[in-house]
Amino acid sequence: MTDLAHIRNFSIVAHIDHGKSTLADRLIQSTGTVKDRDMKEQLLDAMDIERERGITIKANTVRIDYTADNGEAYVLNLIDTPGHVDFAYEVSRSMRAVEGSLLVVDSTQGVEAQTLANVYQAIDADHEIVPVLNKIDLPASDCDRVAEQIEDVIGIDASGAIRVSAKTGEGIHETLEAIVNQLPPPKGDRDAPLKAMLVDSWYDAYLGVIVLVRIIDGVMKKGERVKMMSNGSVHLIDRIGVFRPGMMPVDELGPGEIGFITASIKQVRDTRVGDTITHEKKGAEKALPGFKPSQPVVFCGLFPVDSAEFEDLRDAIEKLALNDASFSYEMETSAALGFGFRCGFLGLLHLEVIRDRIEREYDIDLITTAPSVIYHVYMKDGSHFELHNPADFPDPSTIDHLEEPRIKATILVPDEFLGDVLKLCQDRRGIQLDLTYAGSRAMVVYDLPLNEVVFDFYDRLKSVTKGYASFDYQMTGYRQDNLVKMSILVNEEPVDALSTMVHRDRAETRGRAMVEKLKDLIPRHMFKIPIQAAIGGKVIARETLSAMRKDVTAKCYGGDATRKKKLLEKQKAGKKKMRQFGKVDIPQEAFISALKMDG
Amino acid sequence: MAEDWTHGGFGIYIHWPFCASKCPYCDFNSHVAAEIDESRWVRAYTREIDRYAAALPARVVNSVFFGGGTPSLMAPETVNAVLERIHMRWPVANDLEVTLEANPGSVEAGRFRGYAQAGVNRLSMGIQALNDPDLRALGRLHSVDDALAAFDIARNNFDRVSFDLIYARQNQTLSDWRSELRRALAMTVDHLSLYQLTIEPGTAFGDRYDAGKLRGLPEDDLSAEMYEATQDICAAAGFEAYEVSNHAKSGSESRHNLIYWRYGDYAGIGPGAHGRITVHGQRYATETRLAPLAWLQAAEAGQGENLRRALSGTEQAEEYLMMGLRLLQGIDLKRYYSLSGDHLDTAKIAYLSEIGMVEHAGDSLHVTPGGRMVLNAVIKEFFAG
Ligand SMILES: Nc1nc2c(ncn2[C@@H]2O[C@H](COP(=O)(O)OP(=O)(O)O)[C@@H](O)[C@H]2O)c(=O)[nH]1
Ligand SMILES: C[S@@+](CC[C@H](N)C(=O)[O-])C[C@H]1O[C@@H](n2cnc3c(N)ncnc32)[C@H](O)[C@@H]1O
Ligand code: SF4
Repeated sequence: MTDLAHIRNFSIVAHIDHGKSTLADRLIQSTGTVKDRDMKEQLLDAMDIERERGITIKANTVRIDYTADNGEAYVLNLIDTPGHVDFAYEVSRSMRAVEGSLLVVDSTQGVEAQTLANVYQAIDADHEIVPVLNKIDLPASDCDRVAEQIEDVIGIDASGAIRVSAKTGEGIHETLEAIVNQLPPPKGDRDAPLKAMLVDSWYDAYLGVIVLVRIIDGVMKKGERVKMMSNGSVHLIDRIGVFRPGMMPVDELGPGEIGFITASIKQVRDTRVGDTITHEKKGAEKALPGFKPSQPVVFCGLFPVDSAEFEDLRDAIEKLALNDASFSYEMETSAALGFGFRCGFLGLLHLEVIRDRIEREYDIDLITTAPSVIYHVYMKDGSHFELHNPADFPDPSTIDHLEEPRIKATILVPDEFLGDVLKLCQDRRGIQLDLTYAGSRAMVVYDLPLNEVVFDFYDRLKSVTKGYASFDYQMTGYRQDNLVKMSILVNEEPVDALSTMVHRDRAETRGRAMVEKLKDLIPRHMFKIPIQAAIGGKVIARETLSAMRKDVTAKCYGGDATRKKKLLEKQKAGKKKMRQFGKVDIPQEAFISALKMDG
Repeated sequence: MAEDWTHGGFGIYIHWPFCASKCPYCDFNSHVAAEIDESRWVRAYTREIDRYAAALPARVVNSVFFGGGTPSLMAPETVNAVLERIHMRWPVANDLEVTLEANPGSVEAGRFRGYAQAGVNRLSMGIQALNDPDLRALGRLHSVDDALAAFDIARNNFDRVSFDLIYARQNQTLSDWRSELRRALAMTVDHLSLYQLTIEPGTAFGDRYDAGKLRGLPEDDLSAEMYEATQDICAAAGFEAYEVSNHAKSGSESRHNLIYWRYGDYAGIGPGAHGRITVHGQRYATETRLAPLAWLQAAEAGQGENLRRALSGTEQAEEYLMMGLRLLQGIDLKRYYSLSGDHLDTAKIAYLSEIGMVEHAGDSLHVTPGGRMVLNAVIKEFFAG
């Protein structure tokens, strides 16, 4: 165990691609925590999907041993935080477990929206913040300008910002010294009753649930019986250790330390992030202030393309949920799609990550229905309820009014693209709250309906600004508006999985866009197919997919029978990637693609 | 099994796998070889004939077809030896049809007389196009003049002469094709095969197409219009399509190809040849080695087949449906039932009739002109679940 004066706990705050992972790798490597040849690039981003998308989803942690210039040995605990807005709640929870942050800014780019969002969370958590200007090896690096920008926009002193190249290793030593000298050591009392903060937990196929803890007071040892203060459940600690970054057992964890325990816990759901863990006997009286639990905000239906795979899907969803308490699900049945699940996610990225994992790791083809946010429905009879699924939309004549969730969005964008961004926000029913400049970049703040953002806002923003804008948001509350349910009819039959909630004023535009998209997405059939968007019984947009004109094999003789039949069978298997609605086959990808708007 | 047309009859297919050069669109089992020892090929063909004759004794042969490749590169003596062997081993129908595929070059034309003397009574010529630039684009070695000269020789030697054209070619317009087709019909004897150019994977055209370098192919709508125009023009000239791509005066249909579409039995002899044969009441699909030399050695050694697979009733019914719906006359639902043991899904028939794809009278089911244009989709609908 290390005494408090020789511990530093910190996280790294950065916008995507500013070099957080590279810097973390360098810190770990330069202190010899991992041998160079064992160094897997970007050690902290472990999951495949994370690696592929270059994002961090689950908080990871590593303990670094460092002997400082003053000759003393320190233990530095780094908790890595996710970078994407969908996972903002995880950022805030990780930050509560440490005392300081490195604010990494790409010195060729400057401050971005995510930098802002995360750094405010660090400030909220009372962190000492050390600014780090990264990528100084690049010719476009402009440290003075970026330091000034940090002072202007964030309002913290950046005169002592450390200039680093995580690529070449320049400035890494200075960074380690700054961690030791500028960040405060943790506080805590070794002799007080045990109080450990449950920072995170996840499921491991071999060890069961692994719990990441930060010890506030007292000491935790292997073999002890501990109690979760939220529900009183008692567990026996069977392993205790730290991450370096592989798991290394230790005898005990004392105040200020960060490490893991396992205690034969079967499900992640049995652990509550933010909970306080204490000893069963002579435990603490008062728990630590908890975290706000994360709430799903986006809902959609997941159905197997092949209905015979429903049980496999159930299995996959249950397994994924074991490791992700922020993901909710319940069974859903749809007339057209059969059995599936209505699932709740933290945001669209979270949705895509889960969907990709089901398709890839469990090899199940999915139909994803139109994502929806939670609407508050107030009925004429005075009752009200939360609508998670447009399919459950009641008879409009019984509804008094509807409310939808709104967000506050912050967008940083180079001047030249400002016009496009304002137009995009305006098109999405935004209300401008603020517009300021920081150098040649504008910072706009908008009040926007969540449902306009959830789907493809981020993609659109990236495309209209050629990738130069950055974006972050937080939920603000609910507001009444003129919302309606728009149905899509394919060949005169309503396809529930495509119905969405829209603002009445935008219904025609959205409806037209959707039917046009579907016309391209649905393959031609032997007959012509009307595709319509409707509100109640009223058609507001219509397209006709013309019948296929020609699909016949020119030559088919004795030698071709076997081959041609195999070909048809292959195409028949391809049909399995589609679902039949009436007589129309709709391909799996149509359900999501139809919703993506070009404007 | 009864030896009658209701079950499609019995034919023998002889595959000759060599060509003077390889055409860029062609995915047939054809090869360019420097030297061919025809005596070995005669030996191999005759051993295979003997083997099939032993397995299928006393079948009456309705048709023999020399296909390729370019069978018109064979010496007439080779053709003669094969036909003699067939006559020796099987009873043949009085109206036995013997077809040979010929390329319309001057060298080939010189052998036509010899083929007629050997017993070939029908010639199928690969003319492909009636203008020289298009023939060059298709990689053909002959010119239009060569083809017309060869065609005259063919007509002098055979009562039945058919020829093939490929249309929906690069940069071909609808009116180009209409006038080319009218010229073709003016010289047609009794039979004509009109194929829309198909880009087959693994061919030179296929590679060029995948690389985005095969330009000027007709879009779907144009190729549909070309097909429709073809049907109208041929029907008006008395050459209605009796099959998707085949047109004939009534009574002049290719009997050999009808065996395939009516799902009769055929022995497939030669490299890569497929067969469907009935032995002791069980129907089999047969296949042979693809590589000419590998097949040659195997056949000489007494076994050219490298696969013989029993077909289930369902598979047979599906093949019957797939082949038979290509014909104007369609299929016999009773025969479908006797093969499959199940009736063809009546709900599907009703649905496809309702949308105008098939017509159904008594036990006969056939596609409409509209249904024929999307025949693959119609068949898939029957196959699907
Ligand atoms: N030239 C240069 N590239 C860097 C530096 N630090 C990171 N990068 C590159 O910037 C990209 C994003 O870095 P990464 O660490 O994945 O960013 P993260 O998204 O913040 O974790 C990667 O291609 C890195 O190789 C640096 O100091 N110099
Ligand atoms: C066995 S092939 C060739 C016979 C002969 N060797 C010749 O080329 O004239 C029979 C016919 O199929 C047609 N054919 C071959 N490949 C084709 C393709 N890719 N698309 C359309 N028709 C094709 C040609 O019309 C050809 O004459
Ligand atoms: S089209 Fe005929 S000549 Fe050309 S390669 Fe094929 S088989 Fe040989």
